Amino acid sequence: MGTLIAPTNHSPLEDAEAIRKAVKGWGTDEKVIITILGHRDAIQRQKIREAYYELFQEDLIKRLESELSGDFERAMYRWIVEPSERYALLANIALRHADRNYDVIVEIACALSPEELFIVRRAYHNRYHHSLEEDVAANTSGHLRQLLVGLVSSFRYGGNEINAKLAQSEADILHEAIKLKDKNSNKDEEVIRILTTRSKIQLVATFNRYRDDHGIAITKKLSDEASDDFHKAVNIAIRCIQDHKKYYEKVLRNAMKGGGTNEDALTRVIVTRAEKDLNDIKEIYYKRNSVHLEDSVAKETSGDYKKFLLTLMGKED
Amino acid sequence: MELNQELEAVPQALSGHGVEESALVTILGKWDPLEREAFRKKTPNLFIEDKERHFQRWDDHYARLLKHEFVRFKNTVMLWSMHPWERDARLVKEAIKKGKASYGVLVEIACTRSSEELLGARKAYHSLFDHSIEEDVASHIHGIERKFLVALVSAYRYEGAKIKNEHAKSEAKIIFDVIKNAHKKPINEDDEVIRILATRSKPHLKALYNHYKDISGKNLDEDLDDIRFKEAVQCLCTPQIYFCKVLDSALKIDVDKNTKKALGRVIVTRADIDIKEIMADYNNLYGVTLPHKIQDIAKGNYKDFLLNLIARGSN
Repeated sequence: MGTLIAPTNHSPLEDAEAIRKAVKGWGTDEKVIITILGHRDAIQRQKIREAYYELFQEDLIKRLESELSGDFERAMYRWIVEPSERYALLANIALRHADRNYDVIVEIACALSPEELFIVRRAYHNRYHHSLEEDVAANTSGHLRQLLVGLVSSFRYGGNEINAKLAQSEADILHEAIKLKDKNSNKDEEVIRILTTRSKIQLVATFNRYRDDHGIAITKKLSDEASDDFHKAVNIAIRCIQDHKKYYEKVLRNAMKGGGTNEDALTRVIVTRAEKDLNDIKEIYYKRNSVHLEDSVAKETSGDYKKFLLTLMGKED
Repeated sequence: MELNQELEAVPQALSGHGVEESALVTILGKWDPLEREAFRKKTPNLFIEDKERHFQRWDDHYARLLKHEFVRFKNTVMLWSMHPWERDARLVKEAIKKGKASYGVLVEIACTRSSEELLGARKAYHSLFDHSIEEDVASHIHGIERKFLVALVSAYRYEGAKIKNEHAKSEAKIIFDVIKNAHKKPINEDDEVIRILATRSKPHLKALYNHYKDISGKNLDEDLDDIRFKEAVQCLCTPQIYFCKVLDSALKIDVDKNTKKALGRVIVTRADIDIKEIMADYNNLYGVTLPHKIQDIAKGNYKDFLLNLIARGSN
């Protein structure tokens, strides 16, 4: 379940006018923007953009980009674009980033359903005039490239069929591959094959089989052994496929751990999951940390950025 | 017709692509036992004389082949009536099952279909076989070609016309260098060539193809030794020429059954897309029209059906 609180009826025209009033002239009334946009779902936000354009011949996104700033602006930008375009944007940013945040690519490819992933690929075509796999491939190499391209290109079978024998044999293959500390090309390619082509339900059965046979979760084993980008990415892929909500909880926890705060990660998870399953993630967070997610976020952020995130999380003033 | 002519007409009706149903009905269908015995004795490639027991029996091998010929029309009808997605999904499944000799069909489908058509085939494959295409390709194909084939069937290429010419040029150079050094490192192990061919858009690859010709003086597919890479380049950059070559190989009397099937497959799958362009290229390449060739080699309902498919929309 999501956390977004949005009314069943709204008037796009009224919303557009109210937002206009908030950005017109000197200064910006961020509170109004948060109150309106922070309480609208994707379809409603799209209608507001259209109404705003009709009324004022201006792209609302561009206007907000110029009026807002910092973490708040980045969060609002990601929030207001249409969901599949949002993922395309996040993927592209991850590829262009100096330290190449491959986690995001793996996350998108593995947490989304096969149909959702394809819609993101289409949005990527429209926005960047390239295919997602093309850009991923051009920015990576070796086994990491094979893994990432395979993950973003996958169109996994989504039905309920599981082959128990296959789960056994592929759990064995994964075990062999992880055991070998040195770079064993054939085994790595088998890991890639399994992770990038099997259906999620088959993979979960495989990971369960692994745990039953070896007494340790495959992700725990990988965390112990993983050293390079490739194995780290494999670990993330497995965790996202197995339980993406648990994975997102960890991303949030890590984002707020220690000295600084990783606003990119915080924004990414909250904005992309607010309409999907942020409520479930919140519950996992509370169970794990004995602190409410809203309270952690309130402690680690400030200003309009904080208000906006809390609004998306369903916190009313 | 005299018996001698008839004795030639019936074997004729049974050799080629498909069978001449009308000749079998009117001639074979009216023969009495003596005429049929004459037929059996006079066609040693269809019937084996058992000298010890004094009778003639069907040659098993030919009987098996004949089964395929009778059913060729039915198979083409089924293929034609199918939704294109189911069609491509079933063709892929069959190619995976048949093994190495049929992997060219995988390349053909992955590279000549539009991005949306390939997506459709992947959806249909889920529905028909409870697996994804990439899953089955990856788990059934073990050789060096696996990486490339999986990448090809998973592609969702950008279909706009925008390309970056400098990239196309530099990637043509990359491929040129890899080919030059093929004696040191085989092409099909080169990740960059796989990346370029499996992910770049078709307009980009066509520009690359032209740049390659400027650099090397030859066409890219000619310089590629690996058959799958060659086919991929042909399908991606010059699909109609590729189809002409496939048709020409298929339109011979004595070919293996996989090659024979290509005739029906190409005509059925391209009849609504670019068969007119293919026919024009065929005429230019081989100096004979496609309908003329089909008239020569194919028989009966199968022949008429194919000719009809081609002729549609030409009025």
